[in-house]
Amino acid sequence: MGKVIVVTSGKGGVGKTTSTAALGAALAQNGERVVVVDFDVGLRNLDLVMGAERRVVYDLVNVIQGEAKLTQALIRDKRLESLFLLPASQTRDKDNLTTEGVDRVITELKRVFDWVICDSPAGIERGATLAMRHADMAVVVTNPEVSSVRDSDRIIGLLDSKTLKAERGERMEKHLLLTRYDAVRAERGDMLKVDDVLEILSIPLIGIIPESSDVLRASNMGAPVTLADARCAPAMAYFEAARRLRGEQLPISIPGDKRGIFGKIFGRKAA
Amino acid sequence: MSIFGLFRKNKSAPMARERLQVLLAHERASAGSDLVSILREEILAVIAKHVELDADRVHVKMDRDENMSILEIDVEIPLKATLQAA
Repeated sequence: MGKVIVVTSGKGGVGKTTSTAALGAALAQNGERVVVVDFDVGLRNLDLVMGAERRVVYDLVNVIQGEAKLTQALIRDKRLESLFLLPASQTRDKDNLTTEGVDRVITELKRVFDWVICDSPAGIERGATLAMRHADMAVVVTNPEVSSVRDSDRIIGLLDSKTLKAERGERMEKHLLLTRYDAVRAERGDMLKVDDVLEILSIPLIGIIPESSDVLRASNMGAPVTLADARCAPAMAYFEAARRLRGEQLPISIPGDKRGIFGKIFGRKAA
Repeated sequence: MSIFGLFRKNKSAPMARERLQVLLAHERASAGSDLVSILREEILAVIAKHVELDADRVHVKMDRDENMSILEIDVEIPLKATLQAA
């Protein structure tokens, strides 16, 4: 049985979709079978970030309504053969997502894939609660910024109350993914530090993704950043986060920390 | 950005621009009713009138280009069905 992960945040624009694509590709680059599922009905974007926007035929709502088979709606990545996308519908209303329909789709996906990664929409409405409903573990994407931290705290509360795991009285495994982190600004005191965010949210850290133009470049090209340039700093941070998702214990490094000109020239690995 | 950035050949912003232009042209043109999905449904309905369709043996693929869309419907018609139709 595959593991179901929800990538969530409450706040919009913090990097859920980017992180879903990057983590999904990182796991698939290791040969595991991965499907990334877009739950943002009406405002889908995972297809665009994955570079599959021209190939969408059927979507999640079609499958739920019985208009298409799951196998017809899944889009195989052109670069990685064990990576698949289940797109959201662009035209339908999000009320078309039924609890029973989502239950059926996720159960079926879990049978076939090692990882089912659900990209949650922003907010705390139906789409967001359905995306987290089946999760075995949650990746809470947070920017080092007050409104993002507050919304993450709210989402953590929902993960502990509105999921199947919570209803069964089990503990939801939650991981913090800190994105758009700028070590220099944090050091200067202009940005919340990693420890500040960890202390406030008190969930374990799974990775720190540095603020980087590589992320924008990758989405411009329609490639998960781990595929666009596997050696850039954000990609390496996502690879590490993916290894931690698999249960590996790795020390967390703060990307871009105290990197001088030599580090910049020679030390891409140090980032 | 590192000094390697200077040697990067292809800029990504033009790619983003082109991808968006193609995508949005299609989405705007099909606001409300998507011609390609209407064609898809109707073509499949016509085939289903004559042959019993096995959903596992129907493959629908699409590729949207700047100037056109390609809708590819690949239906496996079992020998039995062809004999009946003949």
